[in-house]
Amino acid sequence: MKLISALLIGMIFGTGIALSGMMNPAKVLNFFDLAQIGAGTWDPSLAFVMGGALAVTIPGYWLVFRLAAPLQAPRFQLPDTKVIDRRLILGSATFGIGWGIAGFCPGGALPALGTGEPEAFLFVAALIGGLLLARALQARGLRSNTAI
Amino acid sequence: MITDFTPWQSLGGGALIGLAAVLLMALHGRILGATGILGGVLRFADMDDWRLKAALLVGMAMGPLVLVALTGQTPAVEIPISTLAIVLGGVVVGLGVSYGGGCTSGHGVCGNARFSRRSMVATVTFMATAFATVYLTRHVMGV
Repeated sequence: MKLISALLIGMIFGTGIALSGMMNPAKVLNFFDLAQIGAGTWDPSLAFVMGGALAVTIPGYWLVFRLAAPLQAPRFQLPDTKVIDRRLILGSATFGIGWGIAGFCPGGALPALGTGEPEAFLFVAALIGGLLLARALQARGLRSNTAI
Repeated sequence: MITDFTPWQSLGGGALIGLAAVLLMALHGRILGATGILGGVLRFADMDDWRLKAALLVGMAMGPLVLVALTGQTPAVEIPISTLAIVLGGVVVGLGVSYGGGCTSGHGVCGNARFSRRSMVATVTFMATAFATVYLTRHVMGV
């Protein structure tokens, strides 16, 4: 049952991404290209994606967090760190640079795999490379920190 | 490459993304972040966690097929950039979301919806550098 609900939730997410335009790098990059406002070709659609998502998630979470526990798991697993550090800011800044280069973010690219487009597979392969590289760097950093 | 402004599809798609985030929290107690899902599938320590994330990932990839089945509309994937840019962008995104602890779904939707200050800072930061990067590549470098 848990896996079936996860599969269905993934399908709802992927359908939303497909409908919204988030899996189309041309559309994403046109949103980020503010210089097109003057030309009248700017595509503000992605602001509507974020708006639509938050309009559901904000009240939805408010309701869900009134539950003592989730329906199919023993407890809520929420990130407990509150620190705003260099790591968060530099990491997010780096993510934005990559998003601006390729026009894919992870949530846009993973559902795009279902279209069979080779560029989506290429992006996800490179994304996995970046994730594993970060993991290797972090493991080394951890060791050098503990050595000190 | 000019794209059409699609307010209703984008709003509706966004609402489905939000619905998925709310359902995952209500049923499984988890943040719906694409970074965390892909990262979890690449980690084999906790197999219950692995199966949950693999099911989410398979469902996500079925999204375009569901859209075709429901509407007959095939979602566009148009690539206005070089293959090199796709690969470079992928590696840079992978590094960034690892250090930043999330992406558009985890920070931008779920984190902001629970008013996490970290997620708000992350969202403003990655949106700002994405705008700046597209300005640089398109209007300064002329790629």
